[in-house]
Amino acid sequence: MSHLVFMGGLWFALNILGLGMTYCIIKAAIDTSKGKGGEHS
Amino acid sequence: MDSALIPKGVNRCPLSELILKLGPVVAVLLWGVVAMFMCWIKGLNQTNMNDSYGFALWIWADLTVIALGGGAFFTGLLRYIIGKDKLKNIINFAVLIGFICYSSALLILAIDIGQPLRGWFIFWHANVHSMLTEVAFCLTCYFMVLTIEYLPLILENRQIDRLPFFHNLSHNMHEIMAVFAATGAFLSFFHQGSLGGVAGVLFGRPFAFREGIFIWPWTFFLFTWSAAACGPCFTIMLLKITERITRKKLVKDDVVDLLAKIAGWMLTTYIIAKIIDTWYWAMVTAPSLGFELTDFYSNNPFYGMWILILEIVVCGIIPSIILISKKGRSNPVSFMTAVVLAVLGACVNRWAMVLQVMAAPVLTFEGWPMYYPSWQEVATTLLPVAYGIILVALSYRYLPVFPQEVELNPVESEDQGGKAKKAALSGAEVSPARA
Repeated sequence: MSHLVFMGGLWFALNILGLGMTYCIIKAAIDTSKGKGGEHS
Repeated sequence: MDSALIPKGVNRCPLSELILKLGPVVAVLLWGVVAMFMCWIKGLNQTNMNDSYGFALWIWADLTVIALGGGAFFTGLLRYIIGKDKLKNIINFAVLIGFICYSSALLILAIDIGQPLRGWFIFWHANVHSMLTEVAFCLTCYFMVLTIEYLPLILENRQIDRLPFFHNLSHNMHEIMAVFAATGAFLSFFHQGSLGGVAGVLFGRPFAFREGIFIWPWTFFLFTWSAAACGPCFTIMLLKITERITRKKLVKDDVVDLLAKIAGWMLTTYIIAKIIDTWYWAMVTAPSLGFELTDFYSNNPFYGMWILILEIVVCGIIPSIILISKKGRSNPVSFMTAVVLAVLGACVNRWAMVLQVMAAPVLTFEGWPMYYPSWQEVATTLLPVAYGIILVALSYRYLPVFPQEVELNPVESEDQGGKAKKAALSGAEVSPARA
């Protein structure tokens, strides 16, 4: 039970952070390929 | 020389002056690095820790920087979850301070474990019956959160922001920052609490032992509460120091006032809870274990009754009264006094809950063992302070940490027609914390 709580909590947090960053990076790549953000260059 | 890296519309000292001023700080940093390697190479015999003090200066410093770094999670909670939009003007600085505090805490732990190559054991061979395991998990994850929160600020550097991918990445991270902030608040609640829980569950140490609810002793909640109260005070204190050093106003008064007012109410409620906890512990819990209040205090210089008065009255009741009153907050002297006292209160509380717990005798034949840190311990504890000063200086110089700086400190510059105009008008590149 304790293992479940500890490891479950750890991986829950890691997944949120990992998925969040993956979303940001992929969306940034797509946006860049569409030419967004170029006004600052 | 490095003017291309400095945000537009702000004034910074010449690079040579910065290097000169940071010289002594770098010297302290190097001193700490030498001591750190001595601890790693020669072992923990470089410290003055002994059988009585398995936790010593490092763990006190660890718990203190974690408590004071709590300004990041609590300001993030207020800004992103509760919706105190005004705090967007101080959140960058709070995140920076939090990042420094937590990276320092991890560095200190890396030294304290003596054998850093085995640091991963706590994850792979986790002792799931220990609150410290929970602390290690949450601390590591929360440091990742702080890194994620600090990253967009780095990406907003004038030169990095020119690259469309990094500009888009920074923008996207700001958009979902509430998710990261909520995760950070969740993680902080538990690791701040578990650090208090570590002391509270020590039934063999009646000075620390507390009753509680389910598996959580009252110290669990008190630690989280005090971090949420004193963390923002630490952020404000460092902001005022930064303003004094840079001789600039960096954040508007209404922003600081709002944060201080919330911190004041948190401190007031915390200190009421702390007084009730202390009273119940002194009157019920300790006597039930065969101890009286006076048994836990001594005439020696470190652990006298003064520590209780200092923590609760001087660094608890007084700053809370000042911070919740508008008059107290509007007077710069009383305001600064309150903020410093609140920070000192967190330091004293962690001192008592780490070192006094170790020192208070529990057996009739025991005395009060004393502990004086070795120079290696002092140097490695000052190391994060030096590192923090350097990181704040570099972040202030190259990153748009303070969104209101341009507005508050307009720089006279010559335009094409030769007329002076406020650089603030063209300073849009110093983004108003999209955070």
